[in-house]
Amino acid sequence: MIASISPASSKWKNWLLGAQIVGAAAFFSLPQFGLGAYWLDVLNAVGISAILALSLNIILGHAGMFHMGHAAFFAVGAYTTAILNTRLEWPIFATMPFAGMAAGIFAVAVASPIIHLRGDYLLMVTIGIVEIVRIALINNVFGLTGGSNGIIGIARPVLFGFRIARPQHFFCLIWGFAALSMLLFYWLEHSRYGRALKYIKEDSVAAEGMGVNTDRYKLSAFVIGAVWAGFVGTIYASKMRTISPGSFSFWESVVLFMIVILGGSGNQKGVLLGAFLVSGLPELFRGLQNYRMLVFGAALVLMMIFRPQGLLPPKTRNYTLPEPLAGKFP
Amino acid sequence: MIILSLKTLVKSFGGLVAVAGVSFDVERGDVVGLIGPNGAGKTTVFNLITGALRPDGGDIFFDGHRIDRGKPHQIVKLGLARTFQTIRLFAGMSVLENVLSGYHCRMGSGIVSSLLRLPHQRREERVALTRAMEELEFVGLADVWRAKAGGLPYGDQRRLEIARALATEPKFMVLDEPAGGMNDQETYELRGLIGRIRKRDITIMLIEHDIGFVMKVCSKLVVIENGAIIAEGVPEEIQRDPKVIEAYLGVDD
Repeated sequence: MIASISPASSKWKNWLLGAQIVGAAAFFSLPQFGLGAYWLDVLNAVGISAILALSLNIILGHAGMFHMGHAAFFAVGAYTTAILNTRLEWPIFATMPFAGMAAGIFAVAVASPIIHLRGDYLLMVTIGIVEIVRIALINNVFGLTGGSNGIIGIARPVLFGFRIARPQHFFCLIWGFAALSMLLFYWLEHSRYGRALKYIKEDSVAAEGMGVNTDRYKLSAFVIGAVWAGFVGTIYASKMRTISPGSFSFWESVVLFMIVILGGSGNQKGVLLGAFLVSGLPELFRGLQNYRMLVFGAALVLMMIFRPQGLLPPKTRNYTLPEPLAGKFP
Repeated sequence: MIILSLKTLVKSFGGLVAVAGVSFDVERGDVVGLIGPNGAGKTTVFNLITGALRPDGGDIFFDGHRIDRGKPHQIVKLGLARTFQTIRLFAGMSVLENVLSGYHCRMGSGIVSSLLRLPHQRREERVALTRAMEELEFVGLADVWRAKAGGLPYGDQRRLEIARALATEPKFMVLDEPAGGMNDQETYELRGLIGRIRKRDITIMLIEHDIGFVMKVCSKLVVIENGAIIAEGVPEEIQRDPKVIEAYLGVDD
């Protein structure tokens, strides 16, 4: 019985890997095949949701902390970029590390006191955080955020003298960053660090009892997720050129939360699929107008009844033992 | 040499005094059994030692450190590992990953080296896998390293908890009812395993209800009742102690 959990045959694995590479290549050449600006914009929006959801996945999917305020970190990053760019005329990419840092510092400040809270209580507090941020932005906090009108006239990003302005340019930037994020997060997941988060999710008392500093890991998961959301904020601000508090509402946080849960929390591919379904699919049914949200809501209810673990739940990780152990224990 | 020293430990929950001034020392190399009737405060003493609970009063010294204000993960790192009374494995994870959790505190790779998969991080992972497999071989579970921990038979889960605790490279282990739920054969094998752990210069303290097991395994016994020590000594003495017979085994008419 136990032997049946042997790794999938390598031939099938190679096929799967090949299909994934071909699929990714086809996806990245979409702009070349004359996909219209509208659909590129939809894909760009999906891409931004996907990276945000991937960063939320570290907090929610791996560490198992119910965090429904991810739009707050996204907002801090976007506003940092907007302020540094419009007031100090910093180039967009120069603001990116600072957007990430600002979101990370904000995460330390707001998450430290609540990190020990249990699931449902944490959820309520994080909802509070995203509302506080939105209201602070509307109230023109520090006289820098421009109130409910937000900040206008954010510059386009320039990379090695190339001005990123058209949808196909942003397509490459956003999905390139998504691919990089997936690679780095994959490595993070498959490390001592990622394992520690999974122990905490499974049983935080046992994790602490086995020597995992649970408080520190929970907080650092928040910080990584926040820093990444801050980076996405930079891309978003320069793509939209205008940002306002309305873009960072509680609803945005809910959508990201749904993407992770629906797709399969803890599994990158699931989260990616979730991003396409939750923020891409409604565009396909624009013709149905208001009914599309009804269909969407019904689909969510059915999902939670019949497949609560998400569309693609995470698989148990496969380890390759170093020699000579690998030969001894197949 | 004394490795663990409890000095007038007190812990109460609301109005209930669970531990009322418990003091005793553990010599390095001993196998100490903590016994007593149900509700005597044995598991509370364990939780105080491992940092899961904070005492209301008293001190705990372990290997030259004061640990009664420490957090569990800090105490593990000092070399004091535990198993749980109700098995607390990471049930959804593999046997190997469970043991790796113990070795976690002996590793150093952080966020950046993990995000970028730096060479020293990969080296450390290989060492961790080797160490984890050593402990699985030690308890006899190396063949099922891929299996899900939650799917193992009960006795194997108990042994896996011991392997996980051993992977923290402890000087001292506290085992909360290690033979609980085991059949005679498994209990017999557990005695052998505890003997082999002792040979690795690891001091052991255990709670166990199976008196026959305790008498054979332990070199010293501490008997508590209602949160206080009523007797302390080698098993043969404890067996003859009238107070113990009365409190623990019941009075003969």
